[in-house]
Amino acid sequence: MAMPTENDTTPLSALHVLEYPYTRSVGPVVGRFLGGLRDRKIEGIRAKDGRVLVPPVEYDPVTSEELTDFVEVGQAGVVTTWAWVSEPRPKHPLDTPFAWALIKLDGADTALLHAIDAGDQSKMATGMRVSVRWREQTSGEIGDIACFEPETTS
Amino acid sequence: MSDPVGGPVGGIGAPIRLEYDYTPGEATSRYLRSIAEGRIVGQRCPSCKKVYVPPRGSCPTCAVPTTDEVELSHKGTVTTFCVVNLSFYQDIEPPYVCASILLDGADIALFHLIQEVPEGREVTMGMRVEAVWVEPEELRPTLESIKYFRPTGEPDAPYDSYKEHL
Repeated sequence: MAMPTENDTTPLSALHVLEYPYTRSVGPVVGRFLGGLRDRKIEGIRAKDGRVLVPPVEYDPVTSEELTDFVEVGQAGVVTTWAWVSEPRPKHPLDTPFAWALIKLDGADTALLHAIDAGDQSKMATGMRVSVRWREQTSGEIGDIACFEPETTS
Repeated sequence: MSDPVGGPVGGIGAPIRLEYDYTPGEATSRYLRSIAEGRIVGQRCPSCKKVYVPPRGSCPTCAVPTTDEVELSHKGTVTTFCVVNLSFYQDIEPPYVCASILLDGADIALFHLIQEVPEGREVTMGMRVEAVWVEPEELRPTLESIKYFRPTGEPDAPYDSYKEHL
């Protein structure tokens, strides 16, 4: 056998991809919420204490009772907290720097997690108003909301 | 899948994808390079004498480095197997058989595909099989260089010959 060359003993390296192609069933309540997004409307659900929960949940977080009272909410709202992403990852909703934010839509009592295309971190502030930017083609998933953008006051 | 027509959505695609830069280490790299030459090379533990393939560079039982290289046969015995009836992404039409194959001279089984099973013959424990390689110019440092194993037609190996390796 030939003498091993340096090249023979260098550990190899290769890209290894592990992928699980799950389909997740979403249930009747989130299913209706996503169906609403396809029709470009955002629906929450009224809890037993009167609060409107967005995104909607199947059972009351306090009493555990089944919830059925859907409520359409506004397509703009207030940022309650946010985090700036200066280097977006491949699967992020935007390929330019953006903010992950909790957004309390008008008429809702809880906040929805989504992305805000603000352009620059200096444009972000807790309490700022943002409005939805719909994706051109909707298909019944959370990505139907492409992102939120700072509301332009006129 | 999301439904473009109307009404509530039943389900959403939720794939999980992890990308690794995988480094197999020195011992397994040597094994993979041997595969790229159309050979299967394991390592023997200097203490318990067991032959590991693929080699990891140490014996997990004796906790000593393994350095002696052992060239292994391309023939082996099916120790156990599984009939796959569900389709994953591979371009293989189910049903197909995945098996643990104990190469002659090895003490640990490899996992690989069984193909070319003659009509009317089922894969069994003890079935004798041999490696079918890709064309020489397609050899790469990956176990995919062995396309699959196929029955040799030899009589089944007796259970006692592989019962320690299940």
